[in-house]
Amino acid sequence: MARSRFRQPSILPGFGLTLGFTTFFLSVLVLLPLAALVLRAGSLSLPQFMDVLLDPRSVASYRLSFGAALLAGGVNAVFGFIVAWTLVRYDFPGRRLVDAMIDLPFALPTAVSGIALAAVFAPTGWLGQKLATTGVQVAYTWVGVVVALTLIGLPFVVRSVQPALIEVQRELEDAAETLGARPWQTFHRIILPAVLPALVTGFTMAFARGLGEYGSVVFISGNLPLKTEITPLLIVIKLEQFDYDGAAALGFIMLVTSFLMLFAINVVQGWGRRRQVAASN
Amino acid sequence: MAGAAPMVEERRVSLVRRAGRGVLIAIAILFLGLLLIAPLGAVLAQALANGFGAYLHSFADEDTRSAIRLTLLTAAIVVPVNTVFGVCAAWAIAKFEFRGKSLLITLIDLPFAVSPVIAGLVLVLVFGVQGWFGAWLVERDYSIIFALPGIVLATMFVTFPYVARELIPLMQQQGSEEEEAAITLGAGAWTTFLRITLPKIKWALLYGVILCNARAMGEFGAVSVVSGHIRGYTTTMPLDVEILYNEYDFVAAFAVASLLALLALVTLVLKNLVEWRASRRMARR
Repeated sequence: MARSRFRQPSILPGFGLTLGFTTFFLSVLVLLPLAALVLRAGSLSLPQFMDVLLDPRSVASYRLSFGAALLAGGVNAVFGFIVAWTLVRYDFPGRRLVDAMIDLPFALPTAVSGIALAAVFAPTGWLGQKLATTGVQVAYTWVGVVVALTLIGLPFVVRSVQPALIEVQRELEDAAETLGARPWQTFHRIILPAVLPALVTGFTMAFARGLGEYGSVVFISGNLPLKTEITPLLIVIKLEQFDYDGAAALGFIMLVTSFLMLFAINVVQGWGRRRQVAASN
Repeated sequence: MAGAAPMVEERRVSLVRRAGRGVLIAIAILFLGLLLIAPLGAVLAQALANGFGAYLHSFADEDTRSAIRLTLLTAAIVVPVNTVFGVCAAWAIAKFEFRGKSLLITLIDLPFAVSPVIAGLVLVLVFGVQGWFGAWLVERDYSIIFALPGIVLATMFVTFPYVARELIPLMQQQGSEEEEAAITLGAGAWTTFLRITLPKIKWALLYGVILCNARAMGEFGAVSVVSGHIRGYTTTMPLDVEILYNEYDFVAAFAVASLLALLALVTLVLKNLVEWRASRRMARR
């Protein structure tokens, strides 16, 4: 009786086996280790915890991680939208190839994108050299971190906006134009509201990913304490010094942030669905 | 005002549109060129900076070879395990209605949301010398952290959701009428899965496996935390890239990186092939 209330009856076999294995594997591999982190952080006294948390080096790393991820998300929201727009609305030679390349940051190991970006933007690199003559330095500054996080976040925005753009009703745009709307007005009043939830979702996902990113950043950031250290790097440094407590405290904060981001993404997606339902009624 | 003005206006709009189209395509190509193509080109250029001979010579290094072997071994353990898990999870979630399902889906996605560094950190807290099982492991003279098991676990953690993520939405959308019919007609559970379900999901499964493999071979942050960086023993290819790069051995670093970049490109090609096959199947119906 209790079992049938737990799940609706079905004649298909394998429920107990597959669900059992899934929850067991999930618990052992993911949940138990995450619980270890929470317990370790919880075993610290409050002053100990706050010491790590409010250490100037930690605070500087939050500022960089948040600031760079936010900026990279913003850059991707603008340029990712333009990329998605050109891929959905225009046909040009090589469009399919460009479309396929968008997923490259998903597939490319982060260490490879890291050293590749460093090779391009380092003061000796081919673009870095040219930028250096204009006084702009990308590698080993916060700008480099933003560039790396932009690369990592790009597919999230493009792949989120693309389907939403396909769904936009072209008749509405045509109608707006017939009624004398300027292209900018059509964009502002018709297209942007329709894709806004997808754009915000993509931005939030790119931002969340950027907060935790490690591999592609550490090669280009220069890793100067207080200046170009991201929070994940600080955790690695603490672990290398066998400061497990410090690492756990910072890790706990990052874990909580990840949960908040996950929650935010869910809220945004729910908002998008409600808007879609409201629009179709 | 009337008559000619709308015509002029219309022509102006279409001119603006054409110019806009050109400008937007140019911006998109320039942006992607700078962000995606230039770094890829840089990898190739740096790897071949001293000629093709020097490039090939990079792979003669014994430590690099053992890094390649370790990466292949790790993927060979992680990918099958995560594939079995993904299929099980998708079967339970897509074919049955039970309480707490959406919570389970969220938890499966968890490794996507946490930083790879956190994935390494939690394993250190469980299995490291100061960790939960640290003393117990030391007593038995067995190491997980700074050894192969740690690298495998970290990689498994990070690549855990990929197969499940690909299968769950597809299997939910496909429903279970065909499986139910097969079971009603007396087919066994295993036969039903192999003959009915597997053919329907094989392309998505293949793509999930490919993606899982690419991430497993390329994982850096999580593995970096648990590996200990003992060159020749506990360095995977991405870690080998880091060590070579930090030793200013750029040709070798970018040579190994070029292999990983090639893996990424092959993954993208296979992904598009799979998507193309899937859309053709859809069109045929």
